Amino acid sequence: MAKITYHTHDNKTHTVDVQKGLTVMEGAVQNDIPGIDADCGGGMACATCHVYVKEEWLDKLPSKEDGEEDMLDMAFEPKNNSRLSCQIIVSDELDGLEVNIPSKQG
Amino acid sequence: MNKTDVLIIGAGPTGLFCAHQLGIIGLSCEIVDNLDKAGGQCIELYPDKPIYDIPAVPECTGEELTNNLLKQIEPFNVKFHLNERVEELKKNQKRWHVKTSGGVKFDVAAIVIAGGVGSFEPRKFSVKECEKFEGNSLFYSIKDKSIFKDKTISIFGGGDSALDWAIELSNSSKVNLIHRRDGFSGAEASVQKVKELNGQGKLNLYTKFQMDSVMGDKKIESVKIKDEEGEIKEIKSNYVLGFFGLIMQLGPILNWGLNINKKTVEVNTENFETNVNGIFAIGDICSYPGKLKLILSGFHEGALAARGCFKYAKPDEKLRFEFTTTSKAAQERLGIKK
Repeated sequence: MAKITYHTHDNKTHTVDVQKGLTVMEGAVQNDIPGIDADCGGGMACATCHVYVKEEWLDKLPSKEDGEEDMLDMAFEPKNNSRLSCQIIVSDELDGLEVNIPSKQG
Repeated sequence: MNKTDVLIIGAGPTGLFCAHQLGIIGLSCEIVDNLDKAGGQCIELYPDKPIYDIPAVPECTGEELTNNLLKQIEPFNVKFHLNERVEELKKNQKRWHVKTSGGVKFDVAAIVIAGGVGSFEPRKFSVKECEKFEGNSLFYSIKDKSIFKDKTISIFGGGDSALDWAIELSNSSKVNLIHRRDGFSGAEASVQKVKELNGQGKLNLYTKFQMDSVMGDKKIESVKIKDEEGEIKEIKSNYVLGFFGLIMQLGPILNWGLNINKKTVEVNTENFETNVNGIFAIGDICSYPGKLKLILSGFHEGALAARGCFKYAKPDEKLRFEFTTTSKAAQERLGIKK
């Protein structure tokens, strides 16, 4: 288990335990945290699980695969710390990870 | 008014195979889709990506799968209504009256929603003022390119649509191409061409910039773009084009009285009927305990929903279970001559 904190656009903070091996997207969906649509179900075929990763965690994440940056072009207001949460697999190293969910996904 | 047994909403793989299953059991159907071609997500999101989990098909692309499904339903002469979105459903005695965005009307016995994650709509700019200019000097698709002649056009995006239009319009317009990073997702040859045109001064390329705001009274006059450090540039523009791909919206389905949970429609697993009699939902759009968003699950759901439609389409007849290998009736419907 790793503690993942999701800051939603309504200024609420949701800290949940996410099982190792699940993605940050699945952690949000399974815990009913609003703002992650994940339309394509985790296939890197949409950009509706877009999150902003808290700066200090950026370097600790697995690097982007081919295609993630292309999908982020489609995201709502992408920034330097944008990631697709379906591509971040939860591990012990990510215990304490914090992400911000954008105001909308489309 | 188009009268048919079943209306299928969505021409993705699930909707197409459901048409096949309806045809086999002797029901007619027509298909409506908001896109300009059949295939749904397979065509729109991953036409060239191989799929490895279609039973008995070790590998095929989204495009191949779509073409094979279309071939499989050829014998049934299914009528397609593309570029149409279903807007209204109305119960009319025992049947349904349906109306699309383009005014096409249907009189059907049952409806199968195979709408994926909703209908595809262009993804829009996040800047609020853009709405005001939409359809007048700001567009997400091009219908008549002649309006751009000798004008200044600012194009946003880094995919094939953005690159192709930037190249094409640079022949007769002043083009600015603005993209949020140095890398592009469009074809390499187009990226090279754009860089070449930029080098020759035939196009202005702004990378690592995003839209900040648009200015103008009735029509757009200029657009402000902002880089990562917050530096703002104002560029004169008569038109702004945004190409950020498509997003899926559930749209009018929300208004049909269906039980909806997390953007999906609840169904029973006996025949994939929703809480409303005569309306079925299959594929990615339906939910039930254990639901998998796989194409193969959609095929199963479509087969059962087709049989569920039978009692509405032919209330006085009994549906017998038959195999295509041995059923004369099914083979006749498939146009097989022996």
